[in-house]
Amino acid sequence: MQRFANPGRFMRLSGKIMPWCGAGAAITFALGLYWALFVAPPDYQQGEAVRIMFVHVPAAWMASFVYAFLALASAVALIWRHALADIAAQAAAPLGAGFTLLCLITGSLWGEPMWGTWWVWDARLTSVLVLFFLYVGYIALVNGFDDPTRGARAGAVLALVGVVNLPIIKFSVDWWNTLHQPASVFRLGGPTIDKSMLAPLLIMAVAFTLYFAAVLMLRMRTAILASRVRTARLGEMEPMAESRGGQQAAGSVG
Amino acid sequence: MNMLDQFFAMGGYARFVWPAYGIAILVLGVMAAQSYRAWRRQHRLWSAIETTRPQRRR
Repeated sequence: MQRFANPGRFMRLSGKIMPWCGAGAAITFALGLYWALFVAPPDYQQGEAVRIMFVHVPAAWMASFVYAFLALASAVALIWRHALADIAAQAAAPLGAGFTLLCLITGSLWGEPMWGTWWVWDARLTSVLVLFFLYVGYIALVNGFDDPTRGARAGAVLALVGVVNLPIIKFSVDWWNTLHQPASVFRLGGPTIDKSMLAPLLIMAVAFTLYFAAVLMLRMRTAILASRVRTARLGEMEPMAESRGGQQAAGSVG
Repeated sequence: MNMLDQFFAMGGYARFVWPAYGIAILVLGVMAAQSYRAWRRQHRLWSAIETTRPQRRR
């Protein structure tokens, strides 16, 4: 674990893996979109509106999955104080917020024709909205400190506290009365959704996951490169800073 | 009604289905493009440092 947590090694490894994830995402998106729009049958109750599922459900899965990733990276950052874990968490957060927003908007577009309303304050919808605010709160908190280390630590604590929301989202459809339908894929006793719809749904889920992996690595690489740029610039200023007492510059390289 | 019109009509749900797919492409596209722009920017800065200081310590 520690071996892969070395930024130099991460740059080399991610440089090799990232293009494959990106290409895989492009291929599975093309396949998934074709399957979702042309091959999958209309639903016997919902008609063609069911096609919204193929973007809504993967987005919803990613919204929760990315938050779990964010919380795990935050835990690693808090316990082992590893810089790469903070970088991973901060790179993932905006992507998670994007997936959650996508889930909420597509859900709204599905709710209006099927339930007769764009929005309802029930357990599932409200807990996903809370998830969105957790992401936004995390991003605001991390960037709200003059000292990035303190910001990262405060954000990590918020991310861990917010984990209680994940089981609430998952089980909200079982614990409370809600307009939202219960789980039809990840449930005890196997999926109840028909294979003709499950196949494109899973392909889209793979596409979303590969997309996340590729963009996450790109963002982490950007953050590592940015810190190298900062360090190099501090190095350039060193002779100048030393003449005026260079402790401050030296202390912040970290 | 020809096949193409029928496809775009989405059984009367066109005004819900197409915006859903449109917003998906928009959100994923913006996140990827913004991340790539940030990478290009840091990459430019880093290249500039590399060229001005080739004898940089490792």
